[in-house]
Amino acid sequence: MSIEKIRKSLIYIVFSFLLTSNAFSISPKDFVQQTVDEAAVALGQNLSKELKIVKLKTIANKSVDIEGIGLYSIGKRRKELTDTQKEEYLDIFKKYFLKSFASRLAQYSDPKIRVDSEKYLNKKYTMVSSVLVATDDKPEVKIDWRVITKDPENPLIIDVIIEGVSLAKVQKEEFNAIIQNNNGDINALFKNLLDFVNKD
Amino acid sequence: MTRIIAILFLSISIFTSSFAGSDGENELSKIKNGEVKDCFEKLNRGIFAFNQAIDGTIFEPLAKGYKYLPSPVRTGTSNFVGNVSTLLTIPNNVLQGDLDIAGKNTLRFIVNTTIGIVGIFDPASAIGLNSYEKEDFGQTLGKWGAGEGCYLVLPVLGPSTARDALGSLGNYMGGDAWYNVTVRNDTHYFADFDYYASKGAAGIDFRAKNFEDINNLEENSIDFYASVKSLYLQDRRKKILNAKGVTQTQNDSDWEEIE
Repeated sequence: MSIEKIRKSLIYIVFSFLLTSNAFSISPKDFVQQTVDEAAVALGQNLSKELKIVKLKTIANKSVDIEGIGLYSIGKRRKELTDTQKEEYLDIFKKYFLKSFASRLAQYSDPKIRVDSEKYLNKKYTMVSSVLVATDDKPEVKIDWRVITKDPENPLIIDVIIEGVSLAKVQKEEFNAIIQNNNGDINALFKNLLDFVNKD
Repeated sequence: MTRIIAILFLSISIFTSSFAGSDGENELSKIKNGEVKDCFEKLNRGIFAFNQAIDGTIFEPLAKGYKYLPSPVRTGTSNFVGNVSTLLTIPNNVLQGDLDIAGKNTLRFIVNTTIGIVGIFDPASAIGLNSYEKEDFGQTLGKWGAGEGCYLVLPVLGPSTARDALGSLGNYMGGDAWYNVTVRNDTHYFADFDYYASKGAAGIDFRAKNFEDINNLEENSIDFYASVKSLYLQDRRKKILNAKGVTQTQNDSDWEEIE
């Protein structure tokens, strides 16, 4: 094989790879629209609350960076955890998050969310802006989504900001209050999370 | 006398807290990211529990009933209390230097009070005066650079800060025209009842509009007190910044270290 042929083949492979990777990547804006549409379909169906919760959990599992939110939520204390504690925490947190998230969302029936724009913050994060369209009873609500784009092929939601209020920050401050009120004992937080997971 | 004591207490609370650990600067950027101390957490949690009991026995049942009223009645009530709140917003627009917004809000108030029959209808929105944002003296103090001071929970009124509570005192010292014509001065046109009824209606209207959201938050929180505190403080900071874009209100350094 001549050098010229090898060069052409390499160029072809590189171009094919670039084209293929572009074809599979999704913009954070489209990713959020796709996710909210999927959730709206689940919520709009004539299903029991329990079934809706199951569907919402499936959607959250594939589109939310649950581990990232868990680590953010315990703040700097995550550095003090042993590997075993970290593993235990992330396991409980995932159960807590899915239960709390799905139960909070299940109250909405057929929400109309319009995704408007995205703003690149840095290599890791993009902010996607949307609005929950007004109904007869409720005014329009601005919802922003912090999307982690560390892996551009697999963007994930890491925070939801409603009218300027970050839900991840609310959770972080809630966790911090529990730990502080128990003399810095992280096990108190684990216990509270487990109690929440196990309650009916 | 009690007013003077309350003002002194709140002033001390604001200034001791904002100067603790401060290098003397008092910029809005610092307000944006600084942590608000819960100096009286035990007392605050006690008052919070009391407020929850009041909510459960009075506001929640009333809000539940209110939700069953015909939509035009609810919209009319909401419009009325919103129109009354413009009287507090306008002087704060002026104090914050937003004279064009003060002008628009004055026009909005005149149109809705006259054509809109004491504010029950909202014709001002139909003619393009629809971007109304409430302002109060706490927000004005914040815009001028005052720190929040300690976090407070007020009986019945709910979450606040030393700065916001001090701002609220401005309402009762001549800053709120609605309070002046109903309670403060004997105008013969209005009674004290009108003021307190409008405040009660505003509370029930707010509770009804956020009925599911509040109950849902309570049900899904592992520390409801801490959740409400965080929501309140984040919301106030956003309002003081008059932020239009979300990136203005978010502290990105919080997210930097997530591995």
